[in-house]
Amino acid sequence: MTLDLALFLILALVAIAAALGMLLSRNAVYSALFLVLNFVTVAVFYLLLGAPFIAMAQITVYAGAIMVLFLFVIMLLGAERLPDAKVLPWQKPLAYGLAFVLAAEATYLFVTRARPEGDILPPEAAVNTLDNLRALGIALFSDYLLPFEVTSILLLVAMVGAILLTKKEKWERK
Amino acid sequence: MHLSETVNSGFFFLAPWLVLAPVTGLLFNIVFGGRLGEKAIGWVASAASGAAFVVSALLAWSLAANGGHAVSVPFAEWIHIGSLELDWTFRVDSLSTTMMLVVSGVGTLIHIYAIGYMHEDVRFKRDPGRFRRFFVFLNLFIAAMMILVSGDSYLMLFVGWEGVGLCSFLLIGFWYEMDTLARPSWANSDAAKKAFITNRVGDFGFLIAGFIMFWVFGSFQFDEVFSQVSTIAPGIIIAITLFMLVGVAGKSAQIPLYVWLPDAMAGPTPVSALIHAATMVTAGVYLIARSAPLYSSVPEAQNIVALVGAVTALFAATIAVGQYDIKRVLAYSTISQLGFMVAAVGMGAYVAGMFHLVTHAFFKALLFLSAGSVILGLERGHHRAAHGHHDDHGKGKKKAGKGKEESGDEEYHEEVFDPGDMRNMGGLRKTMPVTFWLYLIGGLSLSGIFPFAGFWSKDEILADAFREGFTGVYWLLTVAAFFTALYVGRQIWMVFFGEPRHEAAAHAEESPPVIITPLAVLAFLATFGGAFNLPGVHTLTDWLEHTIEVHAGEFIWSVAIISTMLALLAILVSWLIYGRNPLKAAQVDPLKRPLGFIFTGMENKWYVDELYQAVIINPFKKLSQFLADVIDERFWHDWFHEKVIAGTYNWLSNIALDRYFDQRGIDAFANALGAWTQSLSAALRKVQNGFVRSYALSVLLGVVVILGYLIFK
Amino acid sequence: MVPVEYYIILSAVLFSIGVAGVVFRRNALVIFMSIELMLNAANLAIVAFSSALKSLEGQIFVFFVIAVAAAEVAVGLALIVEIFKSKRSIDVDQMNSMKG
Repeated sequence: MTLDLALFLILALVAIAAALGMLLSRNAVYSALFLVLNFVTVAVFYLLLGAPFIAMAQITVYAGAIMVLFLFVIMLLGAERLPDAKVLPWQKPLAYGLAFVLAAEATYLFVTRARPEGDILPPEAAVNTLDNLRALGIALFSDYLLPFEVTSILLLVAMVGAILLTKKEKWERK
Repeated sequence: MHLSETVNSGFFFLAPWLVLAPVTGLLFNIVFGGRLGEKAIGWVASAASGAAFVVSALLAWSLAANGGHAVSVPFAEWIHIGSLELDWTFRVDSLSTTMMLVVSGVGTLIHIYAIGYMHEDVRFKRDPGRFRRFFVFLNLFIAAMMILVSGDSYLMLFVGWEGVGLCSFLLIGFWYEMDTLARPSWANSDAAKKAFITNRVGDFGFLIAGFIMFWVFGSFQFDEVFSQVSTIAPGIIIAITLFMLVGVAGKSAQIPLYVWLPDAMAGPTPVSALIHAATMVTAGVYLIARSAPLYSSVPEAQNIVALVGAVTALFAATIAVGQYDIKRVLAYSTISQLGFMVAAVGMGAYVAGMFHLVTHAFFKALLFLSAGSVILGLERGHHRAAHGHHDDHGKGKKKAGKGKEESGDEEYHEEVFDPGDMRNMGGLRKTMPVTFWLYLIGGLSLSGIFPFAGFWSKDEILADAFREGFTGVYWLLTVAAFFTALYVGRQIWMVFFGEPRHEAAAHAEESPPVIITPLAVLAFLATFGGAFNLPGVHTLTDWLEHTIEVHAGEFIWSVAIISTMLALLAILVSWLIYGRNPLKAAQVDPLKRPLGFIFTGMENKWYVDELYQAVIINPFKKLSQFLADVIDERFWHDWFHEKVIAGTYNWLSNIALDRYFDQRGIDAFANALGAWTQSLSAALRKVQNGFVRSYALSVLLGVVVILGYLIFK
Repeated sequence: MVPVEYYIILSAVLFSIGVAGVVFRRNALVIFMSIELMLNAANLAIVAFSSALKSLEGQIFVFFVIAVAAAEVAVGLALIVEIFKSKRSIDVDQMNSMKG
């Protein structure tokens, strides 16, 4: 067992545990914090995979901006906990069962049908430096310029939409 | 075998324009007439008719240059079935060009006259919008008449025959919802229907003749038919000719089918002049002249034709003496004169018949149009008398323009004024002098006074009858000629002499130049038309010789003198009765007392209409009533359809189909289907429980199943 | 040296956990978080493939996914706030007014 494999296994355990923690916490705030942990773990995976830019984006956008937004909303609404309800009692075991089957199926399919060539080697030092960033930037602003610009418009539209949705009552009151 | 030949020289290629010119005119008026004024519409129609006249003249000239030999001008393929080939071919020969010239020449003059006449007529009737329709119909008539006279087979002739019948119907019923007095009435449409239906009876005869002809000769083409006459049994020819005579009696108003013509005077006066005096009604005479080879081969048929014509001539002339309506007198006169023509062509005197046809077209058109001028003058006078003496002609126009509703009722409440009734006239010599002189010329020509056109043509008929040994016919026609002069004299004395018997007559006005000018031309022709075939010169005889067999009629002094003396005597008699002591207003006709019931008979047209009513129409109505009420309604409808068919059907559908097949079969199936669907949906709606998580679960289930499928595939 | 399958299996497990969260949690916010987890798992798989294939396209794709996810979260949270305003709850079981 090499060192990076051991690192992977430990991190994987942490990630799964964090995901399960998010799944099982009764309090939404805990769920959010577990998810942050999961995101950070995944960011480390990205570093291991030689994608430092994505790792940084993961940390800042997901773990930072998005999850902070979640926490804001949870606290704003005071909806940390829902009152217990005895509806759809068979939903939970069924969900577990099906999710397990899904995981098994997906794993099987990926491993048997979509197996790429080669293994993931520990990234060279140069990869996690500016080289990757430069290559990514050049690709993004040459070949993928149009999708990039469209994404910016999408973000703008989302912003306007979000504002409009929450402001709606005021519009109506007028 | 074609006796006629196709020639490329001359103007023969223009022949189709005989028909196309008036058709162009009427299409132009239909399409653009709405935007044109009345003047333009009238002149376009007149120009179209005039173009047909020019074409006719060019054809006649070309024919003369060609030595008078008949020429066929193929125009269009019509019916080609197997070996049967029926084409639309124009036949240009001396007979058809004579008819073409008369039709288009007189027709053009009447078109021009109608511009003035209809201008006022539509206003007196308060519907100026019909002006265009009138000229469209008139052009259509010219086109149909040209088809009739120019066709080179009996079939094309029949097409034109029916076409002119249609135009006659349309124009008699031109004011279909009001009578000549502008009152609401269906009299005009009744007259139109009478004309149409009576003509159908005649056309039935013509059709039978055509069927036999095709059966025997295998062709409708004139030359092909005539060339085989000698090979066919005379009995069959007699049948053909007599059935054809039925058609002639219908179209040319001979006994027993003449009854429609007097009623046809309901149409506007130019129509009476053009269709019901000068051209269409002579189609029968043309048909017999055209069929001369057929008739000449069977003297028996000729005798019958001549007798029918002669009897009609006398019969109608006696009725004319007893009539009061100015146009009705002329209508019976037309029947009588047509009798002369039919008698002439029946005797084999085709040239005399055609000659009389031509001169009659001139003087009878002149008389009718002058009568129209008189009627218009009276209407103007009536208008003035009714609305005071200020100038109300313009006012009337304005009113007419505003539409019917506004001024419509205004005149109906007045006493009914018939501008055509001679008892309302009198003294018009002073108020309408030009019309008087023109009418006088026409009247003298009709009476057969030397040297007017009518004298020459009528004398030729009488001379031929005398010479050919048709003694009975000769005397009948001579007596008819006496009555002719009598009713002409009576009419002229009553209309133009004496004192006005009605306010309207006193205020009558002369007609405008557009009306007078065509009359003057016609008067010229009525005066000098005899020059076409003067005894010893025989222009028309030589001309027609190329087409039909002719006898160069010799002038017989005794015949001429007798007929002239009789005519003068008749005029003298009419002066004694009507001229010396002019009729007073509301006075009974002076002939009534001495003649008694005879005059009553004349006055009532010898009760022929009533006879037909009793013998034909009433039994026909009874029969149709019986067929409709008893046979159709009670038997077919009530019993057979309702009881037998509908009853059986109901029983079948109620018991067998409805109860067993429908209710227990189809209904049960459909109901079960519905119930099954309901229960299924009741089960399924539980799935639709409104929980988002449930839906998500079903999506997940689907994903799992699909993935499983992909794995185990 | 880690075989790429390990990353894929991890991705599948995380994805399935996210699915389970979507299916049985009643809190709309937690469901939303589960969706983010699923997106994240997918991203992980893409980057792993990208790395194994020595290609940058995968990373660019993930970059766009992150951007779109940000937009999605902004709108989605606005919707949840709006739902809470009308229902006074973010229990998805309460959102059944379209029930047939």
